[in-house]
Amino acid sequence: MTELATSPDMGRGPEKQLPRFDPGITEPIWKIRWKMNMRSLAQNWEIFKESRVGMSGLIIIIAFGAFGLLWPIMINFVWDPLIYHPVVGFDPMLMHPSPPVAGHLLGTDPIGRDILAQLMFSTGREFLLGMLSAVISVVVGTFIGAMAAYYGGFTDTIFMRVADIVMLFPFVPLLVVIGSMIRLSIFPFAIILGFLEAFGGITVILKAQALQVKVRPYIDAARVAGGSDLHIIRAHIIPNVLPLSFLYMMFNVTAAIVSEATLSFFGILNIDMSWGMMIHTAETAGYLFDFGKFWWLWAPSGFFITLFCAAFYMVGRGLDEVVNPRLRKR
Amino acid sequence: MALPDSRLDRDTGDTIVSVKNLKKYYPVGRGLFRRQHALLHAVDDISFEVARGEVLGLVGESGCGKTTTGRMLVRLTNPTSGSIIVDQTDVSSISGADMGPFRQKVQMIFQDPYESLDPRMTIFDIVSEPLNVNHIGNLEQREERVAEMLTRVGLAPPATFMFRFPHELSGGQRQRVAIARALVVNPTFVVADEPTSMLDVSIRTGVMKLLTELREDFGISYLYITHDLAVARYLCDRIAVMYLGKIVEIAGSEEVIRNPLHPYARALISAVPVPDPAIARPVPNVRGGVSKPINPHPRCRFYERCPVAQKVCQDSDHPELREVEGNHFAACHLL
Repeated sequence: MTELATSPDMGRGPEKQLPRFDPGITEPIWKIRWKMNMRSLAQNWEIFKESRVGMSGLIIIIAFGAFGLLWPIMINFVWDPLIYHPVVGFDPMLMHPSPPVAGHLLGTDPIGRDILAQLMFSTGREFLLGMLSAVISVVVGTFIGAMAAYYGGFTDTIFMRVADIVMLFPFVPLLVVIGSMIRLSIFPFAIILGFLEAFGGITVILKAQALQVKVRPYIDAARVAGGSDLHIIRAHIIPNVLPLSFLYMMFNVTAAIVSEATLSFFGILNIDMSWGMMIHTAETAGYLFDFGKFWWLWAPSGFFITLFCAAFYMVGRGLDEVVNPRLRKR
Repeated sequence: MALPDSRLDRDTGDTIVSVKNLKKYYPVGRGLFRRQHALLHAVDDISFEVARGEVLGLVGESGCGKTTTGRMLVRLTNPTSGSIIVDQTDVSSISGADMGPFRQKVQMIFQDPYESLDPRMTIFDIVSEPLNVNHIGNLEQREERVAEMLTRVGLAPPATFMFRFPHELSGGQRQRVAIARALVVNPTFVVADEPTSMLDVSIRTGVMKLLTELREDFGISYLYITHDLAVARYLCDRIAVMYLGKIVEIAGSEEVIRNPLHPYARALISAVPVPDPAIARPVPNVRGGVSKPINPHPRCRFYERCPVAQKVCQDSDHPELREVEGNHFAACHLL
């Protein structure tokens, strides 16, 4: 802990050496803060628990997480990689695509790969993609929204026009163009998605919230206390819009997964396997035309995409009740 | 209420705040195709001084420019023109590195204790914020200082309050926190913007007593903005009455209450209810509503409502403040 010097301009005696006064606090401050954070987390959890929608969503997400974690175990210890590999696996004992049989619980795709293995393998990567792009979009969006609201004027105009342009362009066709220019693998794709979302709707929503915070008297009070612009943005505006950012993070996961599935379906992403890719495989081999006959080729992945997005949306709805006290039943 | 002589003696203390020809005009109705816009004269050419250790009350009706004046003194609003000198520093010329020392000298207490404390910060964070942003002391020293201030404003023991959130405190307690935050850096001048108006009457007296005590202990000067004449009389040494951006009367508080000279001040004081049905108080003698502060006519601002207005009031510009009696200034052509 470094001792910070009092400003030399302060000519008045007593401040130079702050007088001793026993505050009567026995624990170090960081410990008290930690306890308070834990307590507020516990309180928020109590509110979240009340929301049936939110809890169902959370349970589904945990189930997906467990399913994704099963993959390294299955491929290393249970399944033969030659047969069950999601990209290059092939089962020589069957005609492909094979409907569900004993060894392949969800059947195989047209080139002999196990559907269940593909689903399991993709789960972890969908998590990665969704979370990464959502975190990027929310961190960048919160910061830009807070800056635009706080400074107003020119800064605001620039970011709002950029947001207009991003929102004006239809999202998926724009990504198709980007995807056809550069073959996107999963990390660059998540980053591009994150930034696109950050500069679009997220900025506008968080700016609107930050504008409400900006005019509160405690912002004036912080300015009178001597806080710089950066201090006010960091210590007052961002913490007060953060709950909303967190809420939108959940909704952004959904957006990222849907975009990935759509682009994979068009086959313009440099991703070897994903839920969207599985539908793409079925489609390119011509099996989507016979709708009900080869259901195992598209139904499992389609169902997973829907359920996964729904689960994040449901958690978002549950968090909404934590963030907006007016929505609570009590 | 008799005041001790020392509080009325204007000549002893030196001047801490000196405001000269302060103006704040806001453009209104600025449109895309209208280049010439009207100006709202929020504060229109006012001058006053606050002596060291003095409490100057600024009273007036809603929208007369009290708060704008207060905000300009702490530089939350930049004046259109005029000079503000606080403790030998020109407020409007401060920039960059000089801002820190200025912020430690001049503080403000806000009106609404429910809105002036960040709901996501603990009381400790709120009170230590001025120390924090001005880099005063280390964490341990700040902790001691905050605890001391909290005890001083009557939130004792401090350990039970420091790590609570504003929503866990009552209105009076919150305003005490706001006062502690303003005084934690030992300011020499504090702008108090109606700090008791949002409080219950039962709590109000306590906060007012506290402000008086702190003033005596720390030698702070206040600009006390209020619309409540009783509060102004209790707390202030002098009272300045504002009307539509102009100071129309300024004198010692008892003098203003007992012997108001300006017709507006007279009306204001006769409008104060007296809790005794036997006393027949004079009927406030004003006409019409508040005139518009947007591009006002070059005549006395009070002309339209004045009961004693004459031709001179309409023909000549708003009168200057004149010393009508000893240390009693008023702005009226007819005095």
